[in-house]
Amino acid sequence: MNQITIGDIVRGDREVFPPYLYEAYQSTRRRAPMLPLIEVPLTLSELTGPGPAISAITFEDSDLTRNAGTGGEAIGQRIIVTGRVLDDRSRPVPNTLLEIWQANAAGRYLHKRDQWPGPLDPNFLGMGRCLTNAEGIYRFLTIRPGAYPWKNHPNAWRPAHIHFSVFGPAMLSRLVTQMYFPDDPLHMLDPIMNAVPTAAARKRLIAVYDHSVTEPEWALGYRWDIVVRGASETPFEAQEDEQ
Amino acid sequence: MSRLPLTSSQTVGPFFAPTLLREDAVRHVLTQPDTIGERIRVEGHVLDGDGLPVPDAMVEIWQANAGGRYNHSADQGPAEVDLTFVGFGRSGTTEDGSYWFETIKPGRVPFTGERAQAPHICVAIFARGLLNHLITRLYFEDEQSNAEDPILQCIPAERRATVIARRKTHEELIVYCFDIILQGAGETAFFNL
Repeated sequence: MNQITIGDIVRGDREVFPPYLYEAYQSTRRRAPMLPLIEVPLTLSELTGPGPAISAITFEDSDLTRNAGTGGEAIGQRIIVTGRVLDDRSRPVPNTLLEIWQANAAGRYLHKRDQWPGPLDPNFLGMGRCLTNAEGIYRFLTIRPGAYPWKNHPNAWRPAHIHFSVFGPAMLSRLVTQMYFPDDPLHMLDPIMNAVPTAAARKRLIAVYDHSVTEPEWALGYRWDIVVRGASETPFEAQEDEQ
Repeated sequence: MSRLPLTSSQTVGPFFAPTLLREDAVRHVLTQPDTIGERIRVEGHVLDGDGLPVPDAMVEIWQANAGGRYNHSADQGPAEVDLTFVGFGRSGTTEDGSYWFETIKPGRVPFTGERAQAPHICVAIFARGLLNHLITRLYFEDEQSNAEDPILQCIPAERRATVIARRKTHEELIVYCFDIILQGAGETAFFNL
């Protein structure tokens, strides 16, 4: 983990986004582009996007504790994960689709390629989705995922996390990321999280425990806001902003 | 104006498919029977730096309709919206790294002033090992307007061919082949967007 090459090619803000090549995360080595990314102006193609249209035709499915359809409830610490989706001008992003996936309470994914000997839970699929409301607020009910072993390096364990896919208002705002839980000793050992270049940006991937979200005798509450690139109303305006 | 700091990106990892590619989330076919426009199939492979297929990638596309209008409030025309066409596609890749879409060839969309862009499809690639998704465009090799496209002109001439899909002749269906090479010889031109 000590001697690693960190690539120079980054899409977007270097203080925020990880480089494509981060050798400590081995899968980047043959998949990271090596040539410079092309600088291009924003056009209508980037300032539009499928988000609003997709939201109109996707049904919500935000209770991962029961959506396996078995009639039974997933095992694990029941949690509420909620927050707001905002753009970088602090404007809420309403009616946008969030898709999430996660391991079960034992750290096992329901996936044919996950074969480590953690138990599966017949009542847990580990997938959910919801739309933000008019204030940009989303809310999932799920169980806290376990840590997950992987083969990246000896005794490698991913910290507990939930994968999030967010559309936002335009192609420019498309984001896939991971939410982590506070006070996890695995954070500092995780090359995927540590590929994020600054402590401040890493911290923004960690949810906050929020007792006001916690519901008595029901579920613990976590709050996590997501900030995506905004799309201005017209390409012309956006181009001025970029300068 | 002070901006909120953005949320960083993380890889989709190896286990996204049951969620992002579930039956009602995957979108290979963008058209409906009444959709206006020339039917085309777009297909290709996602390949890594060793030239090996990437079997666990996801390719998303976004495009205008046949008249060059996006199905989005930021596009005010003058071309008309085709209510049967959203313009969004999402495909996984198979063991040989291949993905496919059935769609229509998009029209030209405005750039600035009187200028228009050449017909193109926006492409985003997600995969294990990609800490941030990659963004590129697909252009069509049999388009005269490519020569005046403002985005193509940003790409060094020797790399432009990497974003131009090759037309294959089939009896019934027009097929455009577009391989996405993540790294190495023939590496696709990706955008800093």
